[in-house]
Amino acid sequence: MNARANAVVNAVVERPREYLTFRLGEEEYGIDILKVQEIRGYEQPTRIANAPSFIKGVVNLRGVIVPIVDMRLKFGLGSAEYNDFTVVIILNLGARVVGMVVDSVSDVMELSPEQIRDTPEIDSVVDSSYITGLGTLNDRMLILIAIEKLMGTAEMALA
Amino acid sequence: MSDTHTSESSGDVFDLSQFHGVFYEEAGENLTSMEALLLETDESNADDESLNAIFRCAHSIKGGAATFGFQDVADLTHVMETLLDRLRRRELAITSGMIDTLLESGDVLKHLLASRQSGTDAGIDCTELVARIGAFAHGTGAAAPAAVAPVAAATAAPVAASMTEAPAAASASPAAAPLAPGERVLEIAIGPLDQPRLADNVVELFGEIPGLGTIEPSDDGKPDAAQTRHFRVVSTVTDSDLLDLFSFHVSREQVSIREVGAAATAVATPVATPVATPEADQTFGLFEDLPEPVAAGVQAPAAVVVAAPKAEAPRAADRAAPASANLESSTIRVPTEKVDQLINLVGEMVITQAMLAQTGRGLDAVVHQAMATALTDLERNTRLLQEAVMAIRMIPMTAVFNRFPRMLRDLSGRLGKKLELHTIGEDTELDKGLIEKITDPLTHLVRNSADHGIEMPADRIAAGKPEHGTVTLAAAHQGGSIVIEVRDDGRGLNRAKLLAKARERGLSVSDSMSDTEVYGLIFAPGFSTAAEVTDVSGRGVGMDVVKRNITSLGGSVEIDSVEGQGMRVSVRLPLTLAIMDGMSVGVADETYIVPLASVVESIHMTASDVKSVGGTGRVVEVRNEYLPLIRLDELFDVPRSVEHNGGIMIVVEAEGGRIALLVDDLIGQHQVVVKNLEANYRKVPGVSGATILGDGRVALILDVSWLIRRVRH
Repeated sequence: MNARANAVVNAVVERPREYLTFRLGEEEYGIDILKVQEIRGYEQPTRIANAPSFIKGVVNLRGVIVPIVDMRLKFGLGSAEYNDFTVVIILNLGARVVGMVVDSVSDVMELSPEQIRDTPEIDSVVDSSYITGLGTLNDRMLILIAIEKLMGTAEMALA
Repeated sequence: MSDTHTSESSGDVFDLSQFHGVFYEEAGENLTSMEALLLETDESNADDESLNAIFRCAHSIKGGAATFGFQDVADLTHVMETLLDRLRRRELAITSGMIDTLLESGDVLKHLLASRQSGTDAGIDCTELVARIGAFAHGTGAAAPAAVAPVAAATAAPVAASMTEAPAAASASPAAAPLAPGERVLEIAIGPLDQPRLADNVVELFGEIPGLGTIEPSDDGKPDAAQTRHFRVVSTVTDSDLLDLFSFHVSREQVSIREVGAAATAVATPVATPVATPEADQTFGLFEDLPEPVAAGVQAPAAVVVAAPKAEAPRAADRAAPASANLESSTIRVPTEKVDQLINLVGEMVITQAMLAQTGRGLDAVVHQAMATALTDLERNTRLLQEAVMAIRMIPMTAVFNRFPRMLRDLSGRLGKKLELHTIGEDTELDKGLIEKITDPLTHLVRNSADHGIEMPADRIAAGKPEHGTVTLAAAHQGGSIVIEVRDDGRGLNRAKLLAKARERGLSVSDSMSDTEVYGLIFAPGFSTAAEVTDVSGRGVGMDVVKRNITSLGGSVEIDSVEGQGMRVSVRLPLTLAIMDGMSVGVADETYIVPLASVVESIHMTASDVKSVGGTGRVVEVRNEYLPLIRLDELFDVPRSVEHNGGIMIVVEAEGGRIALLVDDLIGQHQVVVKNLEANYRKVPGVSGATILGDGRVALILDVSWLIRRVRH
């Protein structure tokens, strides 16, 4: 009886969560869908002088000035080309709205806790403290990112 | 908003009428909030907060009324204030009788003010009311609730029969909403009804006729013991027309109408309904489209009966009509979020329109002539709409500055000093929200300058200064901020005195502190350098509040002073939303905005005009003066595909310095909405904000002050 009650509690706490997946070069990433405000095509931003290269500039999103970060440049993945298929994920991170350029958006996926593995200690451009885990789905591997935490860091130079 | 200019009365020389509008508006607001507060008050457990708030409402109205010489209003509010003061001091316990009487007084005040506003005599005698409130205030108001009771009884008595009796005299009408000329407030009782629901049909029908007015139940939708429903109607049509309308659903004798929208002493004109009227539906000319045939014989009695009381009505109406103009207001108060939403939406529309125009240009003008014309119209209308919407939020500083001449005049009388006020830049537009919030801190600063800063005339002459002390208020847009300065040519701050005072207060200070730090001490709570406390200032409350208020707006305060010569307090506020005149300039493929206010001139230039100093520094000669030159393309690292020589040199000025900016070309001048970059990004050096261009792109606004500071260091 008690065990069953625990199982119910666990099921409530560890509900499967939904992730928006996108590609950067050959890698596939996932972020919490609840942080995504909208997905737009890429438009030429207004350059900001002396900003890091991965900050492409700012765009007008319905009257709001939003900075655009190119994750491919930030992570050094893929070639930073801009064409009609380049996608910008607009993230709503509570205090601020930020646009993120990615190669393509794949789909929205539901991952249950048992599909998420711990990240091994590796040396990568992405600080492993922002990787919440590695999601597995069939033979795909998703790198799950704590996007709010990542965007809030000093190295992103957004604040 | 505290009304400093109404604190003292006289106004014989000064034309006060320009402030009347503000007073009526503020008084109207005060009355409304007083009514709301009174209605919320729980007799058994009234809280201090609301009692104080009610007191403040009455107090402000009294202050204003006394200033403008509205004796009747001042007298009435004076007794109210006396009563409220005793209530808030807990010397008396509030009773429902008091609340009723106070509400009644509020209504009478509304009428008095309305008649003042429309320039007519209200013809209201408040003596009885004043006496009644006075009795309460002296704790002898036991009889008063009884005096109110008949009024309540009269309103409650529902049946038509009661309408033939004159209602209790001298009761103020419960008119709450402002009435347009010709409108009357009526209390209508319908019943007794077998099916009280029928009354709802009447309401529905009433609502369906456009222009008739408003109807609302005054009984929470439930019939009373006598199966009668009560409604409150505001309408311009006559009683007989109303009766005709109602008779579609209920018989005429079930309806009784009583006018309550007259001035307090005006006897309400009851309209008795003909008892003998047959049940048949009746139509007058007003509703001719109704099919039922009209029996001529039936119409007659109704017309006669209605006509009789109406003969009485016009005279009452003569007096009531101006009062019914009840605090007519030419402004609407709208939450600023609504305006912000409008501004954003219009901004979006401008962009969509620009896109349409772009697409339209690709079309054959001959084939799509109608389309082209429509697009041109759209463009013009969008532009006008945008201008209009943006103008809503912006109001000139005049709104604040206007309060000060009056205040200084009063102060000079009270302090025995000679004061002059200069204002500079009163046309500088500032966001409405900021204007409202900056008024109190500025009032404080001006008062401080007058009281502490400016010396007595004799002292001034002894110091070799003109007898008149000058207080200067200056406002200007400066690098994405608005800077409002309060300057005086008084005695300035005394460093030693400040330090001594700070030590006395136990603040940790040292002689090595910089002047700015020492001056900053006056913002410490409880810090006052005035030798004695006056009724104007010197109690040591104020400067810390000023600082806190300004900081809470995201602004800063700076103090600058030269002892013996005066002091300057600069309040710098961010422009969260402001329209600015900008000059858009092109640098390679990029567009930047230079605030027009800082542009001195623009000059065509060739490469040979530029001279170098010490290798990297560049200067340019403009009108016999060498100015530092900043190349925008270098400063902002603008990518260039082709080398560009020459260009346009824009001479800009800020913070007392001048520099020349080199750009490729001038694109045009236009008003821009300043958006801040910090909301989602961060502060960018050399950029005070951003704006959205007509094509939807973002352009950065140059921070001229920063550029000038950069050259200096």
